[in-house]
Amino acid sequence: MSGLAAEFAAEAAFVGAAGRLREVGVRRIEAYTPYPVEALDELLPLPFNFLPVLVFAAGVLGLAGGFLLQWYGAAVSYPLDIGGRPPASWPAFIPIAFEIAVLCAVLAGFVGFFAAARLPKPYQPIAALPNFDRASQDRFLLVVDEADPRFAEADVAAVLREFPCRVVQWQPS
Amino acid sequence: MHAVDRAPVMLPGQDLATIDRAVGDAVLQPRERLGPRWWWWGGFTISVALTAAFILAVEYLFIAGVGIWGIDIPVAWGFAIANYVWWIGIASGGTIISALFYLTQSEWRSAVNRIAESMTLVAAAAAGIMPILHLGRPSFFYWLFPIPNTMGLWPQFKSPLLWDFFAILTYVTASILFWFLGLLPDLAMVRDRATTRRSRLIYGILAMGWTGSHRQWRLHKTAYGLLASLMAPLVVSVHSIVGLDFSGGLLPGWHSTQFSPFFVFGAVLSGFATVLLLVVPLRRLYRLEACITQRHVDLLVTFLLLCSLLLAYSYFVDTLLPFYGDDRFERATALHRFTGAWAWSYWGAWGLNVVIPQILWFRPLRRDWLICFVAFGVVVGMWFERIMLVASSLYEDFLPSAWGHFVPTLWDWLTLFGSAGMAATGFFLFLRYLPVVAAFEIKEILPPDRRHG
Repeated sequence: MSGLAAEFAAEAAFVGAAGRLREVGVRRIEAYTPYPVEALDELLPLPFNFLPVLVFAAGVLGLAGGFLLQWYGAAVSYPLDIGGRPPASWPAFIPIAFEIAVLCAVLAGFVGFFAAARLPKPYQPIAALPNFDRASQDRFLLVVDEADPRFAEADVAAVLREFPCRVVQWQPS
Repeated sequence: MHAVDRAPVMLPGQDLATIDRAVGDAVLQPRERLGPRWWWWGGFTISVALTAAFILAVEYLFIAGVGIWGIDIPVAWGFAIANYVWWIGIASGGTIISALFYLTQSEWRSAVNRIAESMTLVAAAAAGIMPILHLGRPSFFYWLFPIPNTMGLWPQFKSPLLWDFFAILTYVTASILFWFLGLLPDLAMVRDRATTRRSRLIYGILAMGWTGSHRQWRLHKTAYGLLASLMAPLVVSVHSIVGLDFSGGLLPGWHSTQFSPFFVFGAVLSGFATVLLLVVPLRRLYRLEACITQRHVDLLVTFLLLCSLLLAYSYFVDTLLPFYGDDRFERATALHRFTGAWAWSYWGAWGLNVVIPQILWFRPLRRDWLICFVAFGVVVGMWFERIMLVASSLYEDFLPSAWGHFVPTLWDWLTLFGSAGMAATGFFLFLRYLPVVAAFEIKEILPPDRRHG
């Protein structure tokens, strides 16, 4: 995307500007910050986050799969008669089923995060923005897409200038 | 209930730039930032030497077999099992700090969680090796996996020893992923501060293209929270299962229903002690006094004392129950622990884990060197406890004609100290090449008026 990039040195001004842009109806905004800024969660709503559902589903599958694996191995495929104990003694299967469930859930959470965040990515076009390397350290960036229907009408540049920041034109090469 | 004079979680005067300088430059320009690091070179050299000894001991073990150790019948579990339980316990403390205290939203966790998690990784690696060394035929290690084979055999799913294998497999894997997930934004910070092409490239690859966009942060927070909420019960399950390895046996001194919580208390105690042992000197050596304050040390000491009291309760119950019941073998084992060949480990565990730490209740005594002394004592004392539990139940069990003794050999000791060297080597490499404090988490807890560059 191309448009305007504004660089802030303080969180307060950055959150204020994001709020003002939202007020004037601009929606296509991306923010880059050195740490998660909680106020953005309301200002820049994101589509439904499927990670918790994915992790839960993987955990349930792991639990069921781990349990079935043990039941099949110990009761069907190779039952051992040890002192007449029942081969399908399910309480003994709980610990391993739990461990496999956690393993599956953790793997799903990790892989799901990288997939949803579209990582790893060897080249991020936005990294070409001058001073972008400060966004992981001590600067806050707002990038407004000029394809936003309200971009011209809301006069994004004027809104941004209400706050202490440095505005540059952003055009990916 | 409120403490008298609480030190702050962060000293005043910090902002985004000071945190990056403290954390990032320690990785990129250690000489300029930290001055001469004789302690690093000295410690690293000793650790590498011990690692070499460990490799030698393992090599000889693989050639000659477990007979080079002092183990025999009746004491078939010796140092390797005690070391395993000890290491995995130490690892647990790091996970409790990084996962459980994340869920409780404890602000103080942010400054010490990276050190704790990295300690967990190296300790879990040292732990994971021990049972394999103990196998006798380590090349058949893969039989523990439920994989199809020509004999149509399955591993014994009803054995706590196999539960343990799955627990360790899950724990080590999950610890690595959790650690890396938390490290990712800081790797990007180091990448962006790097001045040389080589470090830009290496940290750039490790950071995987992290940009810190709002979308990435939201996903990161969700994923980290999910992993933390999985890790917290996981770590309790892991050490409970270690306890069941012993409870599942019918031996006097092992066959006890309280072993799972008992083991978890001891594990967390040794973990907190190790974190203290690392955090107290590192905050000075890394000039991190602004982020890791006296408050952190005080809180860690408080948790150490809490775990020490919980463990004291378990020791008390473990000693009392044989005399409350009427099993004469249980009673005999308890008496052997008081006065037998392994009495030094029994009383040593009481002294180092329960009695000596209590001096830290007195605030004026909480000086760096004394805290380190007590913490080191706990680490040693927990090893005493592990070897006491392993050896003192085995060496004189039921029939006096079957009694025997266990005398560790040079190879036993080399395996113990060598594994410590291996873990320390890993930790020294972490100190040199990765950010030792979660910089982005510290930025998050800055006061609102200090969140600027």
